[in-house]
Amino acid sequence: MNKWLSPKSFFGIVLITAALVALPFLLGMGGGQAWVRIVNFAILYIFLALGLNIVVGFAGLLDLGYIAFYAVGAYTWALLASPHFGIHWPVWAILPIGALVACFFGVLLGSPTLKLRGDYLAIVTLGFGEIIRIFLNNLNAPVNITNGPQGITLIDPVSIGGFSFSGTSEILGLTLSGPQKYYFLLVALAILVIIINLRLQHSRIGRAWQAIREDEIAAKAVGINTRNIKLLAFAMGASFGGIAGGIFSAMQGFVSPESFSLIESIMVLAMVVLGGMGHIPGVILGAVLLSILPEALRYGVGPIQMALFGKMLIDPESLRMLVFGLALVLVMRFKPAGIWPSPERKRELTEKSGAKA
Amino acid sequence: MLEVTGLHVAYGGIQAVRSITFHVNEGEMVALIGANGAGKTSTLKAIARVIDAVGGDVHFCGEDITRIPPHHVIRKGIALVPEGRGVFPRLTVAENLAMGAFLRHDKAEMAADLDKIYGYFPRLKERAAQLAGTLSGGEQQMLAIGRALMSRPKMLLLDEPSMGLAPIMVQKIFEVVRAVAAEGMTTLLIEQNAKLALEVSQRGYVMESGEITLTGESASLLNDPKVRAAYLGE
Repeated sequence: MNKWLSPKSFFGIVLITAALVALPFLLGMGGGQAWVRIVNFAILYIFLALGLNIVVGFAGLLDLGYIAFYAVGAYTWALLASPHFGIHWPVWAILPIGALVACFFGVLLGSPTLKLRGDYLAIVTLGFGEIIRIFLNNLNAPVNITNGPQGITLIDPVSIGGFSFSGTSEILGLTLSGPQKYYFLLVALAILVIIINLRLQHSRIGRAWQAIREDEIAAKAVGINTRNIKLLAFAMGASFGGIAGGIFSAMQGFVSPESFSLIESIMVLAMVVLGGMGHIPGVILGAVLLSILPEALRYGVGPIQMALFGKMLIDPESLRMLVFGLALVLVMRFKPAGIWPSPERKRELTEKSGAKA
Repeated sequence: MLEVTGLHVAYGGIQAVRSITFHVNEGEMVALIGANGAGKTSTLKAIARVIDAVGGDVHFCGEDITRIPPHHVIRKGIALVPEGRGVFPRLTVAENLAMGAFLRHDKAEMAADLDKIYGYFPRLKERAAQLAGTLSGGEQQMLAIGRALMSRPKMLLLDEPSMGLAPIMVQKIFEVVRAVAAEGMTTLLIEQNAKLALEVSQRGYVMESGEITLTGESASLLNDPKVRAAYLGE
């Protein structure tokens, strides 16, 4: 997770590594695993936000249905590793299949929308996201594929070479809970995902995406095959969503269509925009903040009210959305390029006032 | 080098270009002049494959390019400097120029071409690290031309390079256009500024309501009473 800092000092890397290793133990100290789970979800959101960042941040294609790929990945895992069909494939088979299926759906969404941009693209992708969710909800008849609104239960956890990531186990004298084990798996995957994203950004493909985002006609004029490069953005973004979905499925042991509602798509988009569109460290920060803060509010608001007034005045759940919404408005008002924008974007906003048209 | 035969462009039912025929010889600069809405830009866009032609065909170096995919146009050696500049605003000047060479892999030659472009436009070198979107209009036009040259094209298509620019900028840009042409670059120039265009080009075509109404040596068109009356404000 420290790759984007590219620190010259070995010390920095050691420090961050130590912090990352210690984190799940610190969070699990009270015996509860709730915060470890929250951090695990934050990492899943990093995958999603980075995947969406390819489509929205790099290629400039506004996608409001991104969660559909998460759903596709989650259901692919659920169907291939649960008693629902009696299939129990291993992780090294299902995770790539999940990514491929999501990738296929990415192209499926991408191809009819190639000529659309901005608002029009947003509407179509929004519809696509809803279609997937509604399909998942209703594909229990005439042939029961998704088990409808009840969802799929008893999904296999990730297990590598007989080592299961669920349940408590002893490793090198340390007792690790299920969420703690998943944490280490997720951190390892996150490092991989971040490296892939950094490499992509500075590759030929990355530059082609940026060119399309900036000016599509000019991109064509310099020889970029805009159709293929846009499809590639959809496909790559979707694959990351698919992988995140698969792990989500395994971690929860349960999936149902309601986990993939429009608000989830909007959350992930908010992470990208709020963090700093197109800037990988910013997007990661956005994902962490937006997934941890609401939980912190959930746990903080109740006790604070009890301490101040001796009773619950406002339901923590409703206050959570209120504070969350307010935070979004304030950040966009005072940091329009996001909390941690790329240096170029920051410069653009400061220089613009001085430049002539 | 470029042969346009019976080119026809329409948007829905509106005829923008009605069956025009013209050609540009190798090493020549040809101006296509006319009023706003005469169909000049549509003609250029159809050649660059930004839009589809309804009829007619375009040959370049003997090859039919009427229906090739848009991103193949530059492979054939035709570089478009789009209307309204079309730079990549959130990329730096240097990155914009590098995008012009997107299809090239000859690093050493690219560096030499970059030096040459910085030689034409020293301003771009000064601003290499600046975002293109923060440049002035004239500088953006310089950048758009520089980017097109970075592909080392056989032919340059210029769409209204003087549009919206201060006279001093127009002068600077046309100096470079003239210098590039003097080195043998085949150029098709589209301009509303007829006087300027006819002064730098060898031959000219006058477009009116989607048709070519006049053609000839630029020098003689400049003295043509009809041209003088309609486009030079006399």
